[in-house]
Amino acid sequence: MISFNQVCKRYPGGYEALKSVTFDIAEGEMVFLTGHSGAGKSTLLNLIAAIERPNTGSVVVKGQNVASLKGGALPYLRRNLGLVFQDHKLLFDRSVFDNVMLPLQICGFDHRESAKRVRAALDKVGLLQREKANPIALSGGEQQRLCIARAIVNRPSILLADEPTGNLDMAYAADIMEIFKSFHQVGVTLLIATHDEGTLHRFGAHVLTLKHGELQPTSTGSGQA
Amino acid sequence: MKNWLAQHGRVLLFTVHRFLATPVSSLLNILVIGIALSLPGGLYVLLQNIQGMAEQVAGTPQISVFLSMDASHDDIARINKQLKQHEAVGRVEFVPRDRALEQLKRTTGLADVIGGLTQNPLPDAFIVYPKKSDVQVLEVLRDELQKWPKLEHVQLDSDWVRKLEALLKFGRLAVLILAILLSFALVAVTFNTIRLQILTLRNEIEVSKLIGATNSFIRRPFLYFGLLQGLLGGVAAWLIIMMGIFLLNSSLAGLAQLYSSNFALHTLPAGDSLTLLCFSAWLGWLGAWLSMAQHLRQIEPR
Ligand SMILES: Nc1ncnc2c1ncn2[C@@H]1O[C@H](COP(=O)(O)OP(=O)(O)OP(=O)(O)O)[C@@H](O)[C@H]1O
Ligand SMILES: [Mg+2]
Repeated sequence: MISFNQVCKRYPGGYEALKSVTFDIAEGEMVFLTGHSGAGKSTLLNLIAAIERPNTGSVVVKGQNVASLKGGALPYLRRNLGLVFQDHKLLFDRSVFDNVMLPLQICGFDHRESAKRVRAALDKVGLLQREKANPIALSGGEQQRLCIARAIVNRPSILLADEPTGNLDMAYAADIMEIFKSFHQVGVTLLIATHDEGTLHRFGAHVLTLKHGELQPTSTGSGQA
Repeated sequence: MKNWLAQHGRVLLFTVHRFLATPVSSLLNILVIGIALSLPGGLYVLLQNIQGMAEQVAGTPQISVFLSMDASHDDIARINKQLKQHEAVGRVEFVPRDRALEQLKRTTGLADVIGGLTQNPLPDAFIVYPKKSDVQVLEVLRDELQKWPKLEHVQLDSDWVRKLEALLKFGRLAVLILAILLSFALVAVTFNTIRLQILTLRNEIEVSKLIGATNSFIRRPFLYFGLLQGLLGGVAAWLIIMMGIFLLNSSLAGLAQLYSSNFALHTLPAGDSLTLLCFSAWLGWLGAWLSMAQHLRQIEPR
């Protein structure tokens, strides 16, 4: 589903964020991406969504080489991806409800059907009561959950989450992980960047570990079942 | 299809909201566009009116044929016959020299001067009414008559209409140039409005792109905005022109009374009004489109 082949990413300015990274994620797999701050986790996720382009190597998503994708095809790639951003990227000029509505509007869904889906997504992350609020009035953790609701409302086949539980307390983090797990169970491919060692051990899923932009060879199976 | 319509309807509604969210600047923009368009539009209406008047005053064109002073009765009879037989000529009227002098005495008030004359200085003349009022046909006829013997002078009485027409043509060209220049200015106005909007909505554009919005989806509300602003500007221009004509007419009414005629300026006809609105809306759309083409590329999500 997602495969990196000797991917190097050098940012303008010369810093090498990823050095010859190679891995494969099969369809329906749930994979954690971990590593110290600045290791290149966000960079890796950005390459999958073609927010950044690799300098060398290929990034293949659903059989398409994202690295050489034309601008016009980008939107259709991204509609298959659910993106949870480290900095949320919410819009503060509209309500919680409208924030979650945006991906469905972009895809041109029927309005009434969309509204149902939006409420279902908000219900899942426990924000249904706040649908009329402005996101600016939400706490950090609530904003994070809103971002997750927006990522899943479109029922993507691949979910990329950058520190989705970074601002959440244990209880909510566990809830979010349960949501992710339920997606995993219906066959969604998940790649989750996280610092949270506890979660890693509890889930015992496939783990990729980055260190200074390099994939660590011991990266598989901290407690893989 | 229904869904598609509903989507566009929502974008339009959204655009109207955005328009109303900044009422002062929206209103100013509409005024600027309206005033700028009403200039060439108003001049155009005036030119149309002048042309209409000229045509009315000129009526059916005629050709005055003055005979030589030494033309005999036979000559007159011959020319009369020839004229009547000519295929381009409809009707011929003979004006004897004595009657012409009488007329001059009566209409000009120069009776004293004319009375002092020892002999009539005026020649006999024919007034020829051609079948067609086509300028080209008239000129050919005049040139042909000029070559006949015993004819002193042939004059096309619609000469001044033609001169006025040439002048109007020049005026229309000037209006066209003015319209083109101002159109550029209007495109620039919308271009800048949309540029500012893009800057303030940069965040939204970025996020939309991240979530999978196509460029045409992102462009749509901005294009609608340009279109709407242009259209309302056109409406403003139309109102200004109509109001101008109304004011001119009410002051002309007094003038017309002095000349005991019921002369009034015509307003913009429906077809031209529609053209004005469409053109102005199109200009707004174009400005928005250019602005999007210029600035959308610069916003790439990070
Ligand atoms: N746009 C950029 N331009 C230049 N350098 C960048 C850019 N984005 C990231 N970097 C650098 O690339 C390296 C990896 O960044 P990245 O954001 O991928 O780290 P991360 O693993 O997500 O860290 P964190 O856990 O703190 O989010 C960092 O050293 C960062 O300074
Ligand atoms: Mg990061």
